[in-house]
Amino acid sequence: MSDADLLRAMWRIRVFEEEVGRLTRANEVHGLVHLSVGGEGVAVGVCGQLRDDDPVYSNHRAHGHALAKGAPMGPLMAELMGRDGGLCRGLGGSMHVVDTAHGFMGATGVVGGNVPLALGSALAARLSGSDSVAVVFFGDGAVQGGIFVESVNLAALWKLPAILVCENNGFAEFTPRSAHTPVERVTDWVAPWDVDRETVDGNDVVAVRKAFRRFLTKARKGKGPFLLECLTHRLRGHYEGDPQLYRQALAAEEWQELDPILRLQRALGHKGFEEEARAEVVEAVESARASPFPSSDLTTELVYA
Amino acid sequence: MSTHELPYIAAIGEAIREEMERDETVLYFGQNIATTDDDPFLKQFGSDRVRVTPISETAEIGMAVGAAIAGYRPVVELYMAEFMLVAMDQVVNEANRFHYMSAGQVKVPMVMKAGYGFTCGWAGQHTGTIYGMFMGVPGLKVAVPATAADAKGLMTTAIRDDNPVVFFHHYLLTLEHGDVPDGEYAVPFGEAAVLREGGDVTIVAIGWCVGKALAAADQLAAEGIQATVIDPRTLAPLDMWTILDSVEKTGRLVVVDQSTRQGSAAAVIAAEAADEGFSSLKAPVKLVTALDATIPYSEPMEEYLLPSEARIVEGVHMALGSSVAA
Repeated sequence: MSDADLLRAMWRIRVFEEEVGRLTRANEVHGLVHLSVGGEGVAVGVCGQLRDDDPVYSNHRAHGHALAKGAPMGPLMAELMGRDGGLCRGLGGSMHVVDTAHGFMGATGVVGGNVPLALGSALAARLSGSDSVAVVFFGDGAVQGGIFVESVNLAALWKLPAILVCENNGFAEFTPRSAHTPVERVTDWVAPWDVDRETVDGNDVVAVRKAFRRFLTKARKGKGPFLLECLTHRLRGHYEGDPQLYRQALAAEEWQELDPILRLQRALGHKGFEEEARAEVVEAVESARASPFPSSDLTTELVYA
Repeated sequence: MSTHELPYIAAIGEAIREEMERDETVLYFGQNIATTDDDPFLKQFGSDRVRVTPISETAEIGMAVGAAIAGYRPVVELYMAEFMLVAMDQVVNEANRFHYMSAGQVKVPMVMKAGYGFTCGWAGQHTGTIYGMFMGVPGLKVAVPATAADAKGLMTTAIRDDNPVVFFHHYLLTLEHGDVPDGEYAVPFGEAAVLREGGDVTIVAIGWCVGKALAAADQLAAEGIQATVIDPRTLAPLDMWTILDSVEKTGRLVVVDQSTRQGSAAAVIAAEAADEGFSSLKAPVKLVTALDATIPYSEPMEEYLLPSEARIVEGVHMALGSSVAA
């Protein structure tokens, strides 16, 4: 992916997420919604290098990962609006986006619940002789759960070709990392297993791409696991509507320094892709609105395969 | 159908082995499953497909979910049903929901093999009869074989099913021998077995209690009371039709379950019978269950807590002795 393509991909996510925020306030998107504004550099730096047959698992903050992995914007928006034309026909919603056509295998709303699933994908790749690489996104809040340690141990024991991508935004839901652990760096958690690991500036999409590429090249050859810790900033609250009494908003000037999109634009001397992205988002919203709500028959039809 | 005699636990192993032979996507994971290189599964199928896991139920089951989504059919050996409780998010909130939440884009064909009910001095934490906790979980199937033949047939079906299945096998039945069909043998899910027919009362018994119910039915027959005995075999899906058909004929229902009474499979079956079959009932439904307590260690106390042949007979007497006012 060229630098301009990275920029375009980040703009698509940024404008999409801002629109989802508006639609949430307008009650067109209902329920619990978590936006990834500010974290576009990680989604794009990672997913931009993956193939459709590389399985990706995401979490409650999944929209950016899905778009970066290739999920079509109209059906994604329709899913968030609970429509039959949604990726999951309105059965999954914001926290459970799946698009298997692009290898976006699932998103879990329970923190850390997705990590071992990616190991299963990695094991499947090994058993079937494929060079596909499993990737899982999780936040720094997931790391303190037993599921993370169990998964790292198993992945290291079996040397599974999986890349664990931690988006460390310094906040686990509503409380800072310091309230959760005295261990500052997530990469330090996996030191006893000697997992190949790196902490990068997640607001620098080029740095994310470079670090991830190093791991991806090795994982393609069946090596693993790897841990990429991306230090990011969650510009919005934990969820849309979060009053965020627990922190001071960044000053606008400070954010402009950090913003992964503006940083890349400055570096490239590029004007950006905001307008182009906005046109695509407008179209996505229109197509989503045109899709009907699912029929009530669907409620029980898919309980069992 | 030609058969051979096998212990219940070996019948389960036979189903797993035959399915692994038939379908190379079937994997077998678990703690301690192959403790030496001479393990027959390891020797036959190799260490790619037969994998010893650490004592990490969450990662173990979660990894199986991921492998299932990726097209494999893992059987996870859990030994004790309670060990699933360590990993409940994966069992009742991940494995079972992915097919639905993805609108069918993914399937999660996997089996969690869980032993239960080991009430012979194993005390409070390895003895629970906990299948009732799983039967109301959307997307999950629950099999509870009572005989060696059903153990084989239900395991075969569990492995072939495209959904996550919790396969509960009873530890006190482990060495019970039975005639098991040779070769490929699948028992369909959601089809109760009518093991004995009688016109006076319907006894529905689950798992280990099936044998007790049959023995109680013999005792009742000697008194001149003819009982129908039904084994649902799977609790999800639950074949209420067979039970309701029988209740329509007998008008009386006794449900026998080794689990605690509150929130039990027995209570669900009784409620369904009341909801759908009220007009057939001539008497209140009787539940014969364990007491609502943790399984005690002491042997006589253990016995006191559990349903028994005598308690089933007593339950039937109560069902026959009372009747609904006209």
